Amino acid sequence: MSELFVAIFQHLLIVTVAIGISSIIGIILGILSYWVRPLGTFLIWFAEMLQTIPSLALLALLMIIFGLGNITMIAGLVLYALLPIVRNTYTGLSSVPSHLREASKGMGMSRLQRLFQVEIPISIPMIFSGVKIALVNSLSIAVMGVLIGADGLGYIIYRGIQQQNFARILTGAVPVVLMAILFDYVMTKIERFLSIKC
Amino acid sequence: MIHFQNVTKRYGEKIVLKNLNLEIRKGEFVVLIGPSGCGKTTTLKMINRLIEPDSGRIFINGEDASKQNAVELRRKIGYVIQQIGLFPNMTVEQNIAIVPKLLKYPKEEWQSIVRSLLKLVDMPYEDYAHKYPSELSGGQQQRIGVLRALAVSPPIVLMDEPFGALDPITRDSLQEEVRRIQKKLKKTIVFVTHDMGEALRMADTIVFMNEGRIVQKAAPEEMLRNPADSIISTFMGRHITSGRQSVPLYAEDFMRTKVLKVPKTSKTLECIELMSRRDVNSLIVIEDDETYFGTVTIEEIKQHGKAGRNISELVSNETITIGRKEDARTALDRLLESAANYLIVLNDDLTVAGIVTRTSTAKALGEALWGEMPA
Repeated sequence: MSELFVAIFQHLLIVTVAIGISSIIGIILGILSYWVRPLGTFLIWFAEMLQTIPSLALLALLMIIFGLGNITMIAGLVLYALLPIVRNTYTGLSSVPSHLREASKGMGMSRLQRLFQVEIPISIPMIFSGVKIALVNSLSIAVMGVLIGADGLGYIIYRGIQQQNFARILTGAVPVVLMAILFDYVMTKIERFLSIKC
Repeated sequence: MIHFQNVTKRYGEKIVLKNLNLEIRKGEFVVLIGPSGCGKTTTLKMINRLIEPDSGRIFINGEDASKQNAVELRRKIGYVIQQIGLFPNMTVEQNIAIVPKLLKYPKEEWQSIVRSLLKLVDMPYEDYAHKYPSELSGGQQQRIGVLRALAVSPPIVLMDEPFGALDPITRDSLQEEVRRIQKKLKKTIVFVTHDMGEALRMADTIVFMNEGRIVQKAAPEEMLRNPADSIISTFMGRHITSGRQSVPLYAEDFMRTKVLKVPKTSKTLECIELMSRRDVNSLIVIEDDETYFGTVTIEEIKQHGKAGRNISELVSNETITIGRKEDARTALDRLLESAANYLIVLNDDLTVAGIVTRTSTAKALGEALWGEMPA
């Protein structure tokens, strides 16, 4: 039993670290995309392309750079999570009503002041929704970690498969599904709350 | 205070402003008006450099605007837009305090500014300061929009169709409030609108623009009296007063000239027949030389008239007569105190010029206020 809890903890740790890093990078790239439109087109194309690489192939490529272990898994998740975060940040910022953008400019806010005082607060629900999608996806992708020597629930599932032990497979798979449902539910609630406020 | 010097602006092939020259004095309430696409909003946005001219220069307080830092320049110029543009993520207080905070005013100072500004529009601090814009009505939101522009007491305030999206009643009261605030705080206001009524009500000076040029710059009364171009007359529509006709100064200006006159030798039956055909209940009777003789009513004929007799026996002289050059005010007073429904207006040679009725008076007043009325 304690083995399961350790695995759940490791699984969550890998995912949250990856999503944390990806959010920082993704939101910054989203802001840059918003500021420099041609860059935005390129970045979103790039993130979409990353998404099309099969996860196993991506992890194998990253393994060449980072070797075996959790770091490789985190790097893979960071790349996979970029698309929804960059795209939602970009879309959220771009959909700030133009009259609000004009009002903030006309009142004498600098570019950064406009971003932090007006544009980001207004786009928060959209950005948050991108993070949610990334997180829920990552919970399932992280199961692949077992193939590149990373920790997490994938290990339990993999061993279950090898032993043809259904109970063991379920012990690993059910927590993944439950976590995904739970995170989706809680974060959707938070998202609603954020959009009502705005 | 604001001075445009040979300012030109193009968007691609389209020339939006052609060599514009405009001088706005300190404390002046200037309204820019014209059909859409005339360049009025472009002109306004050049003052706070939201739009840069292609050529020409704009001086604010004698300083070339293009040589100043745009962000700092904008903080010194109040700005109100049509869509209000309150930030939904900030409370009323935070919205008003934006520019004071940008300029690093201490907290006590901007808080007292918010309090005194809210007092200016009768929105108590306790009730409104901590509400979000979505909790306010449209009119209240735009009041806050105006206050936000006034927060650091900028000498210049730009307003881009600020009341365009409001209902007429709210709009009226806001126009009044802005005018009152302007008188009190002595701001230089540049105001864009496409509503001539609004322009006439608010402006010290109206600048009428069309196709990137200034067609006329004049005080409201002057523009009403002498529009420089037919497009201005068209634009003013119901506000225009075309010449003397609709400024009733004399009785002749609001009399009806189509009246029924009969010679005093007419027969009674003839008169009754005429009255019923034209649906009137009295006639003006004239002498052979067309001078005024008197009036006759249908009741008089019915009671005393005998078939085949001359109408002259029944004519009364009680109807009040006035000269056509009689003052309009006098004519109106006489009409109101008289028992009759009309006055007879006489020419200098005592022939009948027309009649003044309550209806013709009302119509003339209507025309004076709102321009040409349907006949």
